[in-house]
Amino acid sequence: MTVDYIFDFLTGLLGGFLGSDYLLLASMLIPCLAIFGFITIYALIVIYAELKVSSFIQDKVGPMGQGVGLHAGKWGLLQPVADALKLLLKEDIIPSSADRPLFILAPFMIFIGAFISFVAIPFGESIIVADLNIGLFYILGVGSIAVLSLILAGWASNNKWSLYGGMRSAAQIVSYEIPAGLSLIVVIMLAGTLNLQDIIKYQEGGIFNWIIFDNPFVPIAFVVYFISALAEVNRTPFDLPESESELVAGFATEYSGMRYAFFFLSEYANMFVVSAVAAAGFLGGWQSPFDGFMSTPAWSVFWMISKTGFLIFVMIWLRWTLPRLRVDQLMNVCWKVFLPIALLNIFGVAIWTVVFNS
Amino acid sequence: MGVVHGQEMVLNIGPQHPATHGVLRLQVKTDGEVISEITPYLGYLHRCFEKHCENVTYEQVIPFTDRCDYLASMTMNFGYVVAVEKLMDIKVNDRVQHIRVIMAELQRIASHLLATGVFGLDLGAFTPFLHMLRDRERIIDLFEMTCGARLLYNYMWVGGLSHDLPKGFVEATLNFLDYFEPKIDEFENLLGHNKIFVERTADIGIMPAEVAINFGVTGPNLRASGVNWDLRKDDPYSIYDKFDFNVPVGQGIKGTVGDSWDRFYVRLQEIRESVKIVRQAIDQLPKDGDVHQSMPKKIRPPKGSIYSRTESPRGDLGYYIESDGSDTPSRLKMRSPAFTALGVLDEIAGGWLMSDVLAILGSLDIVLGEIDR
Repeated sequence: MTVDYIFDFLTGLLGGFLGSDYLLLASMLIPCLAIFGFITIYALIVIYAELKVSSFIQDKVGPMGQGVGLHAGKWGLLQPVADALKLLLKEDIIPSSADRPLFILAPFMIFIGAFISFVAIPFGESIIVADLNIGLFYILGVGSIAVLSLILAGWASNNKWSLYGGMRSAAQIVSYEIPAGLSLIVVIMLAGTLNLQDIIKYQEGGIFNWIIFDNPFVPIAFVVYFISALAEVNRTPFDLPESESELVAGFATEYSGMRYAFFFLSEYANMFVVSAVAAAGFLGGWQSPFDGFMSTPAWSVFWMISKTGFLIFVMIWLRWTLPRLRVDQLMNVCWKVFLPIALLNIFGVAIWTVVFNS
Repeated sequence: MGVVHGQEMVLNIGPQHPATHGVLRLQVKTDGEVISEITPYLGYLHRCFEKHCENVTYEQVIPFTDRCDYLASMTMNFGYVVAVEKLMDIKVNDRVQHIRVIMAELQRIASHLLATGVFGLDLGAFTPFLHMLRDRERIIDLFEMTCGARLLYNYMWVGGLSHDLPKGFVEATLNFLDYFEPKIDEFENLLGHNKIFVERTADIGIMPAEVAINFGVTGPNLRASGVNWDLRKDDPYSIYDKFDFNVPVGQGIKGTVGDSWDRFYVRLQEIRESVKIVRQAIDQLPKDGDVHQSMPKKIRPPKGSIYSRTESPRGDLGYYIESDGSDTPSRLKMRSPAFTALGVLDEIAGGWLMSDVLAILGSLDIVLGEIDR
């Protein structure tokens, strides 16, 4: 594991000066900082992408940065930086009637949920912070922390809009975890493991060995997973918890400044996590689509990020194209459509595997 | 197991809320997501329009009418000048009439574009809104070309117009219409036939014809309920009897007659009809005629009163003017179509879910400036 490598490296380098406890702590913190840096840079890029993609879809130019004086840089590249700075400098308001400790806790919790999911995401054969033998299960598990913090935010704000947002998110995320999990069971059945690295290694050997092309049932599972993932990260058409034209801003109504930024950041981080799981589970993860070609470690990072990035692009594309569903329609889609499809898929894949692959 | 009844919660939607289209406060009683009772509270935008009018001359009322329905200023001007001209028995020449119709119909397109776009926005569809705003901008450019203003025009004056059409206006308008007509189909496909949009609007907020008539609802909202009533056809003013156009009515294509989808669709169809009217008006536009020709030196209507109504984008816009022979109206009352449309909200939206209530409110296309006056 990465922590062990770093620990060994540091021991070789500084073993004479520092005790092994310090080195262990340092070797744990270094990957954390790396993930934090990655999330921050990724968020800046994806916010810029969202602005530009939405501008393209909506027939406008988006941030451009022309003219004299302070502006958003070439092609508006500094726009996300300006947005982040603005959020940092904003007044941090805690409503006097809010439940103070819970109100403060909620944004941290949602960020922790997104943050620790990154630990198990593989970017290459050895580029992973923690190669857990239950990686997939772990990501699904810690992903659920988000719902807890959304309810917390909704409740602690002591605002009726926030409460609506919190309650909606609770119902929505808990429901959609089931079809998402059931679709991933297909992957687990085929690969026979919960370890993300092993799942990716199972898909070795070019594009047609990817799990999505394994049998006709898997593409359906992929679609079900992707749509459920959209619902889990509260993206349009499932952005009911924060639906701005109905609930003002839902659970985030009372949040401002840095605390709001944490919600914002976690939403984008969660988008990356669910897309990365889809890429790893269905699209061959860091494997090159061409067998044995462009498959060095650097290329594997490229493949992983571009596959994930493509799925994130699809999410942005959907967001700016579709209207929003209604609460009961959302639940109908989940329980009456996706759940039966996901269950049938499991049977389908099982039968297919027994008949054709045995 | 019995049914669980929670405590009802009183919730204020607005006055600062993204979905209330201005400063409207809806006090609603909710049981979870279900809204049982809606009480609109008005007056946050009240600017004493009618009282003001008693203290200014007839010409000076026109800028006030602009500010009532700020999304359809041209038709507000139009309604007022038609009323005063009727009171004074002024006949304006054909060129003025045609220009007024062109402006009013362009304004109707602009207003309906915003109405349908914002309706989409209420349902979470951001992109159609911006596409519609983009095209509305081109109409506003045409207005700017004509009278310099982009929102509040003060363009139609009693007995005439403030300016004649500028050079190149006719070509610019025809260019715009050529560009715009295919876009209407695009809007229809982008928003109207979107599966989620249909799910959210069809069979939602049904307003039966009877309810609409009883509440005095007019305009596209009434026509969506299947009632063929358009003042341009049924009580023609200006020169509307010279044009050939249809009155689209709700047919319940996706659901029931009078649902939110019908209200959306009727507006979209009206945009098509307005394009037809503008084309005809431009074809028939007389080359000569002074737009100031029949303007009276001093507006002093004879003693008496008049009620005149015109079809604004939001419906039956009436002006009641009481004249005592002086140069200021002794009483002016405006019948606001959006006000009656808001009145029906509790009737058609009570018992629906929170998201639906805001969708229904969006489908009624209210403008608070006109409601509060």
